[in-house]
Order: sequence, then C-alpha cells, then structure tokens
Amino acid sequence: TTSNINGTTNLVIRGTMLFSVGVFLALVLNLLQVQRNVTLFPPDVISSIFSSAWWVPPCCGTASAMIGLLYPCIDSRLGEPHKFKREWSSVMRCVAVFVGINHASAKVDFANNVQLSLTLAALSIGLWWTFDRSRSGFGLGIGIALLATLATQLLVYNGVFQYTSPDFLYIRSWLPCIFFAGVITMGNIGRQLALYEYKVVQEKTHQD
Amino acid sequence: DGRQLTPPPRMTLRERLREKISAAFYHHGLLCASYPVPIILFTSASILTCCYPLLRLPLPGTGPVEFTTGVRDYTVPSHEPQGDLGERPDWYRGPPVAYIQQVLVKAAVSPWDSSLVPVDVFRSPLGRVFSLLEEIRNHVHSDSTGVRSLEALCLQVTDLLPGLRRMQSVLPEHGCLLVSPGNYWQNQRELFDSDPDPLKTIQKHEPKGLHTSATLRDLLFGVPGKHTGVSHYNRKRVVTYTITVVLVSYDTRFLGSLRSRLKQLHPSANCSLRDDHMVHVHFKEEIGIAELIPLVTTYIILFAYIYFSTRKIDMVKSKWGLALAAVVTVLSSLLMSVGLCTLFGLTPTLNGGEIFPYLVVVIGLENVLVLTKSVVSTPVDLEVKLRIAQGLSNESWSIMKNMATELCIILIGYFTLVPAIQEFCLFAVVGLVSDFFLQMFFFTTVLSIDIRRMELADLNRRLPAEAGLPPPKPGPLRPREAPPPPRPSPHTITLQTPAFRNLRLPKRLRVVYFLARTRLAQRIIMVGTVIWIGILVYTDPAGLRTYLAAQVSEQSPLGDSGGGGLPPHLGVAPVFHAGDPTSTLSVLPAPEPTPLPENQSQGHHGSAGAGPRPQVPPAVPQITWGAEDEEGWRRLSFRHWPSLFSYYNITLAKRYISILPVIPVTLHLSPQEAIETRHPQDTRHPPPPIPKVSADLQTDLTLYKVAALGLAAGVLLVLLLFCLYRVLCPRNYGQNGVAHGRRRRGDLPCDDYGYSPPVSEISPLLLRGHSMDIECLASDGMLLASCCLAGQIRVWDAQTGDCLTVIPNHGLRRSSSSGCWEQRDGWDSVGGATEPECLGSDCREHSFSGDGLSEDEGDLLRRRSVPARPTLFTDQPDLTPLIDTNFTCQPPSHLATPPRGGFDFGGLVERAYLEHESPSPSTYPSPSSAASSSPPSAAHLQRRRSLGDAPTLPAQDRASTAGTQATADWDSSVWAMELRGNLIAAGRSSGKLELWDAVEGSLRCSNEDGVSGITALAFLNNRIVAARLNGSLDFFTVEINKPLGLLQYRGAPGRGSMPPSPCYSSEDVISCQLTRSVQCAHQKPITVLRAAAGRVVTGSQDHTVRVYRLEDSCCLFTLQGHSGGITAIYIDQTMVLASGGQDGAICLWDVLTGSRVSHVYGHRGDVTSLVCTTSCVISSGLDDLICIWDRSTGIKLYSIQQEVGCGASLGVISESLLVTGGQGCVSFWDLNFGDLLQTVYLGQSSDGQGVRQLLVLDNAAIVCDFGSELSLVYVPSVLEKLD
Repeated sequence: TTSNINGTTNLVIRGTMLFSVGVFLALVLNLLQVQRNVTLFPPDVISSIFSSAWWVPPCCGTASAMIGLLYPCIDSRLGEPHKFKREWSSVMRCVAVFVGINHASAKVDFANNVQLSLTLAALSIGLWWTFDRSRSGFGLGIGIALLATLATQLLVYNGVFQYTSPDFLYIRSWLPCIFFAGVITMGNIGRQLALYEYKVVQEKTHQD
Repeated sequence: DGRQLTPPPRMTLRERLREKISAAFYHHGLLCASYPVPIILFTSASILTCCYPLLRLPLPGTGPVEFTTGVRDYTVPSHEPQGDLGERPDWYRGPPVAYIQQVLVKAAVSPWDSSLVPVDVFRSPLGRVFSLLEEIRNHVHSDSTGVRSLEALCLQVTDLLPGLRRMQSVLPEHGCLLVSPGNYWQNQRELFDSDPDPLKTIQKHEPKGLHTSATLRDLLFGVPGKHTGVSHYNRKRVVTYTITVVLVSYDTRFLGSLRSRLKQLHPSANCSLRDDHMVHVHFKEEIGIAELIPLVTTYIILFAYIYFSTRKIDMVKSKWGLALAAVVTVLSSLLMSVGLCTLFGLTPTLNGGEIFPYLVVVIGLENVLVLTKSVVSTPVDLEVKLRIAQGLSNESWSIMKNMATELCIILIGYFTLVPAIQEFCLFAVVGLVSDFFLQMFFFTTVLSIDIRRMELADLNRRLPAEAGLPPPKPGPLRPREAPPPPRPSPHTITLQTPAFRNLRLPKRLRVVYFLARTRLAQRIIMVGTVIWIGILVYTDPAGLRTYLAAQVSEQSPLGDSGGGGLPPHLGVAPVFHAGDPTSTLSVLPAPEPTPLPENQSQGHHGSAGAGPRPQVPPAVPQITWGAEDEEGWRRLSFRHWPSLFSYYNITLAKRYISILPVIPVTLHLSPQEAIETRHPQDTRHPPPPIPKVSADLQTDLTLYKVAALGLAAGVLLVLLLFCLYRVLCPRNYGQNGVAHGRRRRGDLPCDDYGYSPPVSEISPLLLRGHSMDIECLASDGMLLASCCLAGQIRVWDAQTGDCLTVIPNHGLRRSSSSGCWEQRDGWDSVGGATEPECLGSDCREHSFSGDGLSEDEGDLLRRRSVPARPTLFTDQPDLTPLIDTNFTCQPPSHLATPPRGGFDFGGLVERAYLEHESPSPSTYPSPSSAASSSPPSAAHLQRRRSLGDAPTLPAQDRASTAGTQATADWDSSVWAMELRGNLIAAGRSSGKLELWDAVEGSLRCSNEDGVSGITALAFLNNRIVAARLNGSLDFFTVEINKPLGLLQYRGAPGRGSMPPSPCYSSEDVISCQLTRSVQCAHQKPITVLRAAAGRVVTGSQDHTVRVYRLEDSCCLFTLQGHSGGITAIYIDQTMVLASGGQDGAICLWDVLTGSRVSHVYGHRGDVTSLVCTTSCVISSGLDDLICIWDRSTGIKLYSIQQEVGCGASLGVISESLLVTGGQGCVSFWDLNFGDLLQTVYLGQSSDGQGVRQLLVLDNAAIVCDFGSELSLVYVPSVLEKLD
C-alpha cells in the first residue's frame, strides 16, 4: 500500500511538474506570437497578465501534463521501453529546438503559408527523428496534434479567439506542426521524468 | 565498440571507410596528445584569425523600436510623462533628434528606344536629381505666420568626424543635412554631365572588401543598392533613389506645401502611398520585457542543456576545466562561423542574440562529451596518447556519422529557400565545420592534457617520495620487492636513480619534461582562456564594450566643436544658388504616364530579389508604386540612420528619429532627353561584359558564393592540416604500422614525457650446434630440447645454455652406464646413417671418420669463401660458414675435427664449453630436406616438413639402450616434440611416438601404434596426447616400472601421484602404452593441440575446436564458431581457452560450459598464435600484426606491427612484458602501454634470419630459434614510470 501511495504521489508530482512546464512554455511561446500579432484575443481578456487569454496557459499545462504522463504509460503498455537518448541534456536540446521552431514560425518571413507549413512540418519531423524515433511517439503525436487542431478550430469557430490572418479554415495551417512538435517535446520530458522516478523506486527497493 | 574496429577479411566499402576513419582518428589522437602545446597555439591562432573580421563588424545590437503616429494630429511629444500614455512607448518623449523626409524618385526613360544605350537607363534620370534638389532647396512656403524655407528647418550639420576626410567631398558639411545621389558630383550638374562614367564615380566610394551594412551608396541613394537600378544591367530600366532631407523641426505647412509642390510637378499617377503615418524609430539598447522573456527562456534552456551535458563529464582531473573547454569549443566555433561568413561578405541580418542559443543547440556538445567518455573509458594504465588515440578512434565512426547527418539536415534546411533559414543554415554549417575542427584540435588536446595531469597526480600519490630518495648503496642495489635469489626476477621493479636517468635523456626531452613537470603549458592555457573570456565579455554585444560606448556617447556633448556658433550657412557651398522658386519650372513637365493595368501592381522592387528574369525587358518601362515603397527605409539596414548621424558625431542611442511619409516623385523622361544628356563617352564605352554580373544576380548569388568560398576555405584548411600533419608526423607514427623494431642499438625508446625503459644491456646467449633450421622447440623450464630440420635433437640446459645431449638423426650409441658417448662414434654414425637411399644417380656416399677428415680441406675452402663476419663471442667458434647452403652439389658428410675430449657427464659445464669450442659439423642435407628447407611460409599450417616427409624406408633399428629395446625411426622427421622431466616425446611423420631420455640421449621407448604422422603432441603429467594427420587423437600413458630397489629410494612414485615434473631415472623401465585412440576426432587434420588443467584441446582444419578430458579421454565439447580452420589455441591452468582461426577470428570460450564468451575479428588472414594474460589476449596473425585485446570486453587495445614472417613468434614473460621476435632480434614490449622497451639483437649482422619460434621459460628467459641457432635471452627487470 505504501508503494501505491508513493506511486500516486509520484504521479501527482510528475503531473505538476509537467503542468508547470506546459504553462511556462505556453506563456513564453504566446509572447512570441503576440509580438508578431499572430493571435488576437478579444479586448476584454487581453488585459490579463502576459497579454494572453487566461485560459490558454492552464489548457496547455493540462494538455502537457496529460501527454507527459501518457507517453511513459503507453511505452510500458506496449512493452517497448524507450531507450533512445534518455538524458536530460537531450531533453533540454529537444525543448530548445521546440522553442526554436516556434520562434521560426513567429519571426521568420516566409514567402507564403505553404512554405511556412512545409518547413515547420519538416522541422517537426526532424525533431521527432532526432529525439524520439519511436513509432508510438509518432502516432500519439499525430493523433494529439489532429485533436488539438480540431479543438482550436472549434474554439475559433465559436469566436473565442481568432487569428489575424487565417489561411486554412479560420486557423493557421502550421498549427498541427507546432502541436506535433509540442507533443513530442512534452512526451520526451514526461518519459525522462518517469525514468527518473523509476530509478528512484529501484534504488529504494534495492535499499529495502 | 572495439569489435567494430576490427574488420573481417572481406570488407565492404563501408567497413573499409570505417577502418580508414578509425585509423585516421587514431593517428590524429596520437598527434594531439604528443604535441599539445603547438596544437593549442595553432588552434588559438586559427580562432583569433577567424574572429578577426568580427572586430570590424559593427556590433549587433537589438534592433530599433518603432512607433507609428498619425501625421495629421502630430504634435511634438512633451518631455513630461503624461498620464494617459496609452500604448505610447516610454521613449516617445520630447522632440526627436531629427525628422527624416525622403523624396522617393522613380525615373525611367520611356518609351524605351532601341537606339538607346544601357547608360541611358540611369544617366538622364540621375541628372534630374539636380533640378529636384534645387526645387527642394529653394522651396519657400509663405503664409500668414511668415516665410519658411528649408534653410530654417533643416538640421544644420558641422564638420564631419575627423576620420572621415575622404567623405568630405561627398557628404555635406556646414549646412543642411541633405543627401542625394547628387552628392557624388558635389550637387553640380556640370560635374555630372562631364563625368564620363557615373557608375565608376559611385563605385569609387564603396568600401573595398568587407562592407558593412550601411555604405555610402545606401546613404546617398536612400534605397538598398540592388534596388536603385543604377546599373548597366537594369532590365526594368527604372531608376530609384531618394533625396533625404533631415529636418530639425517639424513644420506641417512647409512640408505640406513641399509635398504638394513636388506632386504637382511630378505627378505619380498610380501612386496610392499612404502619407498619413509617421514612424518614430527609437535606437535604444534596452530590450522590452516581452522580447526579453522568450530570449531569457531560450538562454535558460541553453544553460540547462550545457549544464546537463557537461555534468556527464566524469573521470577526469578537472571537470570544470573540461566543461569550460567544451563550452569554449562551441562558442569559439560559433564566433569563427560568424567571422568566416563576414569575411566572405555575408552580413548577418538576423538578430545574433536570438539565434545564438539555437545555433549552440544545433551544433551541440554531444561530440565533445562522447569523446570525453570514450577516452576516459579506455584502460587507465595505458599511456595517455594511446588512450586519447583509442578513444578518438573508438568514436570516430559515430562522430563522422553524426556530423554527416547534421550537415544533411542543415543542407535540407538550406533548400527551403527562406532567406532567414538559409542564413541560419549557413551559419550552422560553417559553425559545425569549425566546431569539428575545434573538437579535433582544441578539445582533444585539452583532454589529453587533463588526462595527463590526472595520471601524473595519481602517480605522485602512488610513489610518494621515492624519487627523492638518495641513490641506494651499491651493495643492496636490489629494490625493495626484489626477492633474495641472485637473478632478479622479471617481475621486480628496478627504479633507476633520477640523476642517472636525466643524464640519459636528450635535451629536447628534458625541456619537454620540464614543461610537463611545471605544468607550464596548462598554466599558459589557463591564462589564455581567461584572457579569451575577457575578450569575449568585452566584445559581447550585451557586454562591456557597448556599455562603455554608451557611456562615452552619453557624456559627449552633442554637436560641439563650436559649430553652433556658426551662422546657418548656405548648405554645401557650391550648390546653393539662391534662386527664386519659379526657376524650377524649367523642369519639363513629365509626360503622361503610360496607363497601367491595375493587376500589374506587383512592383519591381518586390520581385527584384527573385533572380534575373530571362524575359525580354518591356519596351515601356513601367513605374509602379507598391506598398513596399511606402516605407522604403525599412529595407535599409537598421544601422542606416545611426551611421549617417554618427558621421556628424550625433548619436542616436537611446533617442529617436521620426520618419515622415515619403514624397513620391515619378519622372518620365523622353528618349530625346536621354540622348541629349549623354556624355560623349557613353556610347563609346559599351558596358563591360561579364565579370560584372547584374546587381540582382550578384546579390542573389551572394549566399552561394559564400557557401562556395567557405567550402573552398575548408578544403584548403584540410589540405593545410594534412601537410602540417605530414610534416609534423613521421610516416609511421603510432602503433599500427610502426616499425620501431629497427631501433638502433643503444637508442633508448623514451617518450616525450620521460617514460623511459631501464638501461640495461641484454646479451643473448647463442646456442649453436644445429646444422639446419630449428624445427621444434620444447622446454620444461630446466631443460630445453630442440630439433632441427635434419632431425637432430639437442638438449640444452636452460639455465646456462650448455648443450647436454645430442641425439643425432641416427642412433647414437652411448654407454648407458655413464651416459657418456664417444663423439667419434657418434659422428661415425652420422656419416654412416646419412640417407641410405639413392635418389637418381646421386648416390650418397657414406663417409666415415676418415673421409670426413679428408674432406675437411674442402670445408675450409668453403669457409673462406663465406664473407667474414665480426665475431660476437670471441671465445666461441663461429660456425656459420660451415652451414652448407648449396644443396645441389653432392654434400659430403663430414666431420670437422676430432673431438677434443670425451664428454663427461660428471662436469656438465666444462663439457658444454668444450662443445662450443669444437666446431660442430654442420650441414646434413638431403634432397627431401632441401626441398623443404625453402624459406618457410608464414602459414601456420604449412609446417616445414623436414626430412622424411614421405617415409621411404621402414624404420631402422639403430639405437639400443640398456633399459629398453626400442627402435628409433630415422627416416621420418620429427614433427612434434615435447619435453617433460627428462623425457623427450617426439612425434614423427611416420606416426611413431618416441620417448627419449633427455639427459642420456637414449631412446627409452617407442610406440608405433599409429601410422599417420603425429602433427602435435601434448605431454602432461604421465600422459601424452598425440594428434595425427588423419584427424585421430591418441592418448598414451607413460608408465614407469621401477626396479624394486629403487622404489624405496625414490619414495612413492605411484602412478596416480605422478609429480608434475617427474624425474625419470635412467634405471626406470618406461613404457608408453596407447590407452585410447579417438579415431576421427576431427574430420580433417588436427592442427593444434594444447593441454592444460586436465583438458586437452584440439583444433582442426574442420573449423572446430574440441575439448577432451585428459584422464578419460572423453570429449567434452565441440566448439563451433570459426569459419576457417583452427590455427591457434591457448589454454592455461585457469581454464582460459582462446582459439584463432584461418578466418582471422579470435574466440574466447568458457571451458566449463563450452559457450563462446567473445568473438572478435582480429587479423587479415590466419591467426598464428595466441597468448592470454589475466587481463588481455595477445594474438598474432599472418598480417604480421600483433593485437592486444582486452580479455573481458573484447576491445582491441592496440596493435604492434611485426616484421614480415615474424608474426607468429610471441611470448608473455610476465603480466606486463611481451616479447616478440623480429628479423634477427627480439623486442620487449610493455603490455600495459604498448611501448617498445628494448630490442635485443641476436646476431651481429643487422639483417639476420627471422625469429619464428619463441619460447618463454619459467626462469624469465626466452628461447628463440635463430636460423640454425638457438638464442637464450635473459630478460632484464621491468620498467617503471619516471614520474
């Protein structure tokens, strides 16, 4: 029973960490987008801190917590533990590349949106190949990216917020790529955290 | 993974490449570790050289901030902060430094006439600038509030900065700051008209080589150079330029009237530029919090990445130092990248601070970490340079693979054709390459220094004060560990006195040693690093320098130099003709602009960057106005305005300027006018054909040019390095392929850091007596038995080298009682028994003693014909001339001299000496042996079959001893021989097993149960195992039936309790019985047979190894795993079993379970011999390479190149001392370090015969064959590191 309690507390701790990482990244990355006037929020919500809708960071945080917990869970379910580059430095590199992709999407001038989308897609796939290389990761990334795009679509459709220059059914066409890269990144972090916890548990059992 | 380093015999291209890369890295590692200081200096020099262009580059700051207000309700903001700031930025307070009013002129000759020359495209449009200038200068607005002219409103400038004298003719001084292309000609139309080549004039002022982003051309034209259209290759035939007026105060009415006046004069029909916004540009260094947060985040992530990466550095002396080195490597490579790109003309437009973290992340610290990890995981006891080399070599493939992958990814990114990404990729590529360069040179060297430091520190700990001890007294010279026995054991450590060693060290080495001891190099590097970091901090964009610059610029009074006292002067003196505004009416009204379809609104400026168009230029140049013209200054470098103002010592830092909406002016000139304004030389000077590419193409190709130049520079760098490498490095530098076997005598091998072997002379003891090449060698530690091709077996005392017994090929009769035999008789029988058969007509004469004497003269003659050789031992006879190598002639058997005296076993030493004294008969050739004594191939399997390979005659009974009635087979040759106690077991080609008494030279028993030749023998305890050519394995038991009386005398010599090295007395009746014969133990001939630890291991050509139990000859395992015949097997008391095959593979087996422990490919060709120590496996192969492997991991530690044909001879004397045979010499190697300790020359001639067999005796001596001689070498003590 103690191990159960330990397990749940660990889960909660992990979830909290992932949540905070997600919130932080959402705030920072949104700042990038706001600088570029990519997203426009209704004027009444824009007065909130960090010039973003209040509900965006928590949503991102929750989503990242879910993703970060889901990845190691699926790994263990599938029985193929992720062995590729399990190091914090690699995770940090992954996060940096993710921020870089966001940066590129926000600040680099592209000739047209197709080019932007294609470049971002290539970058996202490159991110997956460099830091993940697992089929489950790819599938989950694609699935969640599609779901998130759909959700964004619904939100925009209902007028919760809008994009300055939508190019694909009210939203930006590069959104799925960003979501995919984000999913890969959060999954990477989640796996690393799970690995750490696993190690700690192992050490404890060894001590016992 | 060491296994990857060892290619199997047939390699694919990939593996060959891999091996090449690995070898190259290995050599490079050796180079780096050997010359750390020069390499670090060289690297630092290259870094500084590559970063030098950065000094000339204006430091990248953060971009200017803009704020847009409407023109209509514009008022100069007040200084006081207002309550309702709204979205007003903080800096938008007080009047700006200046207002910038640009008049954007687009001019074209239209319609274009085919009679026009390219110069006409821009000459007349440029010529119109002067009338426009006059118009602007003379514009006066008068209304109720008064009369205003430009003079009153414009920014009055004084002197240019002292450093800009060359610009005095171009930039205005002491007057209105009004710049236009007309400034090139001092605003005088006459000068322009008389200028034969306006382009040249423009080009004259361009800076050579490196151009910063704001050139004079940009300043005067006010549009980026490629957009001006002033070029011979302007396909659009539209010329664009601006007249920039800098105003110090804003007057709506004056500007409005100017605008309307110009518009009225030069209407722009389809111009829809908005003119209701003015942009305030703030040039502050501070960054807003909103931009700072993402920036800071990326930097935090970057530092986390660096932290987590460098945390993995372990097992080194200074973690911090190495982490610093890693970071320095990455940062310097980035700086080098920027520097190189700048050198080749690419000006960075990206914000350096923003992309920097991503560049670091892309380049990464991975390689550095992998290198460190790989190097520290090499065996600690290896020498430093070998560790570095191995570490590099182990990771070479992955490093190259990663690098290739990253380059590929970046190249893909380059082809996205997005300029920003392209630029990023360019930086990343150059950064990657320079990072690789720095890793290889800078970091590897630092790592070697670090590891050496660690090693030195460890050694200092281990040997606290030993070096400081006074030299030991001559009496007890023995080191502390040395055991009392008189001969020093090889395992002892003899530490020479330091003074003595220093004397022996060359001066150069002493200097290096001094450097190493005082850690001078490290200190210099540390100081250099600190200085470097200081420079970095100082030159960092956000660092000290900008701060200082800002401070200085803040304190300097604006517009001093007393210029304020000057009255407002009339502009640039020659220009400003006071004239009435009406004079400008002389300007021709523009012709009707050609009607333009609206859908052609894509301005030529927008598409200017898209590359040259092959299409025919339009006959009517179309002047179009697009949105991009609205704020054309945005396309200028953001340093445009600061640099313009800085020429007059006005800083814009932390201040702002207001840019007013441009005034569009469209000029259409008729071809008539264009022709009129021509300079006479215009038509005579056709545009110089190529190399001047069109401006568009030029700018477009910049990236590619930079890439090509960078690539060329890289190739050049590589070539340079290669040359440097060749110069610095001897051809065979490191281990793999070294031939330092040829070291001259007395030349001490000693590496740069003072590791030196002990100074001791080893003189080999030559055992002479055999007439032909020695075929078999066997020893049990005390005795040494050798058998030559002639079939003669000699027994030597392994301690003294005395010949104890000679068993000639023919039964020697000797008196059994005394063990002494008459040599004359012996030689009689030598003569008598020589090959009784006749071959062809060449019938051999039996020469007896008398004949021998008679032929002695001929012998002497032959001896003289042989060139005299220097004598090695003056007291010993030189027998070499006696060797008859001429096998074609009838070789008489001969007897050299009558024996000096009878041999007496009572005085062994004396007799042995006499044996040496007496020139022994030498040659004993026979046709068959002549055929077989051709130079032996190194192939292990092709054993030199000697005399009697094809037994022609049945065995002859020649020998009879007192104890046994045994027959010796003289016609078949001895293929295998073993020695235990005083019994020699000899296996003959006829399948006969003989047991000889080693001391008495008598045949004790023989066994003829088998008919197939015995290829290998093992003699363990009381059992003999014989492997036969047909693949069968026979187990014999040696039984001793002692006479009754002796039983009590000798104790209890039970069969079961046979001592390991039994001593068989001559009285014993020895019988040898076949206990078991395993027929078809192998499908093919058994090639190797080894026995130890109660196991018999056989290897055969059928690719299998079998393990038998010695006691019951039961086959325990059949080990399969080789893909070729087994050529070498090693097994020792600790049950270590290793096997090597013809496929070049080496397998390690677990004898208890029969499982394969490891499997490595080590050699190209057969593995010829194998030895294991507790930590490593030593193998030699047909490729004459000796490889040393880590036994537990199977990783190749290093390899030693042997001389041709000597590969198979190797032995291990102690855990750390390896001995190998060479051409006429044996070499001693330190196993731990792979260092050559000493080479001992066996003969005096420099190119003696190769040592093919080598036997290590228990008493730290080695025996090797040396042609027909044996050489007994006593091994000196082992070395110790100096430090």
